[in-house]
Amino acid sequence: MYPRSFHYHRAGSLEEAVSMLGQLGEGAKFLAGGQSLIPLLKLRFANPEHLVDLNFIPGTSFIKEDSGALHFGAMTRHAEIEHSALARKIPVLHDCAAGIADVQVRNRGTIGGSLAEADPSGDWTNALITLDTIVHCLGPSGARTIQLRDFIKDAYTTALAHDELVTEVEVKIPPQGSGGAYLAFKRSAPVYPSASAAVQLTLAGDVCQDAAIALGCVGLTAIRATEAETALRGNSLSDKTIATAAEAARAAADPQTDMRGSAEYKRQLVVALVKRAIQIAVRRARGEQVEGAHLYA
Amino acid sequence: MPETATVEKIAVKININVNGKLYARQVEPRMLLVEFLREACDLTGTHVGCDTTYCGACTVLMNGLAVKSCTMFAVQADGSEITTVEGLEKDGKLHPIQKAFGDSYGLQCGYCTPGLMLSTHQLLSGNPEPSEKEIRKAIAGNTCRCTGYMNIFKAIELAGRNMKGA
Repeated sequence: MYPRSFHYHRAGSLEEAVSMLGQLGEGAKFLAGGQSLIPLLKLRFANPEHLVDLNFIPGTSFIKEDSGALHFGAMTRHAEIEHSALARKIPVLHDCAAGIADVQVRNRGTIGGSLAEADPSGDWTNALITLDTIVHCLGPSGARTIQLRDFIKDAYTTALAHDELVTEVEVKIPPQGSGGAYLAFKRSAPVYPSASAAVQLTLAGDVCQDAAIALGCVGLTAIRATEAETALRGNSLSDKTIATAAEAARAAADPQTDMRGSAEYKRQLVVALVKRAIQIAVRRARGEQVEGAHLYA
Repeated sequence: MPETATVEKIAVKININVNGKLYARQVEPRMLLVEFLREACDLTGTHVGCDTTYCGACTVLMNGLAVKSCTMFAVQADGSEITTVEGLEKDGKLHPIQKAFGDSYGLQCGYCTPGLMLSTHQLLSGNPEPSEKEIRKAIAGNTCRCTGYMNIFKAIELAGRNMKGA
């Protein structure tokens, strides 16, 4: 399958990429890891006249810690995050990176590209929305930062202007006593999940001080299950409390019936995923090392 | 297809090192890496399976890392080193991975095998003694519809042992 013909431009810097896109106009698009965009081009769902390739820009792939936050260059590949000891400081990030599609896709796909694409089934948005995440952007009028919750507007829609791009993703390291988990249920590795759940909890003894729960692939964007969070906050995390929260998450999910399952099936998946993710998050909050693994049908 | 004049206007000159040999070609930007390998380099060992980033039949190594060559443009591999199945054999001798796939009956129709061997190559380069879980994860992006995978796992374990001993 061939995409429609396009002109290819290779940016040497992020500033040059922004100015190229401005000059080339509405028919131009940025190309990051390409693992979502190239399939869309091949199916001719997207038909840009110009592609501005970001892959040759030096210094856009990095993972560093600064002022209590982890910083990821926009072109950092999923595989680089998967294998980063630093990224393991926030276990949700490792859970997410290590479970995206398969080895080949993780070698190419990027965290910045994933956020900018805003696919409702994409993993990164759902995992990061439970954390304090700031998206650094660059446009013709300069740099700005946007909270992730304000960055994602709708399915495939972000706060980015046409000629604006993501330069960096900043994730605040959660406090001591906080633990998180990201779990996705997939029919096989290369496909998008049928449903996913991200949980971040902060405990004081047995009592849950703070909770963030997000659901993926069951709405037009990642959904914060606020009533499920309320069910946990201020309570000790007994099996009954966890079950109440998981039931509240079922009500928050808004799935569509499609080839990945019926809406009812996906709601049931959400209950199971939220329950398991809470259990892992609690153990991690208590300092246990727990491998979070995606679940395959 | 666009008219020839348009193609010439948008064509890009690229240099890709494939299996140690430099290929300098003028290509349309929309040419996929897998088509570049098969059509422009005449290296037809890399297969097109699903053509939708699913099956992994088109897997090659780019600078040592497994990528799906149906989901990259050839222009993006400009200046890089690509290894295809044709590059595994050295001086008429099969690579330990190739030999192990044969010895363990790790293939039947063989269509997925080039991609599987290159995913195996990335795995064993960093980890010659992978656990079964690590093997499963490493080849999760490669679909085989004949073998049921059990002999592929055996082949990968055998290849790892042989590469470590070599």
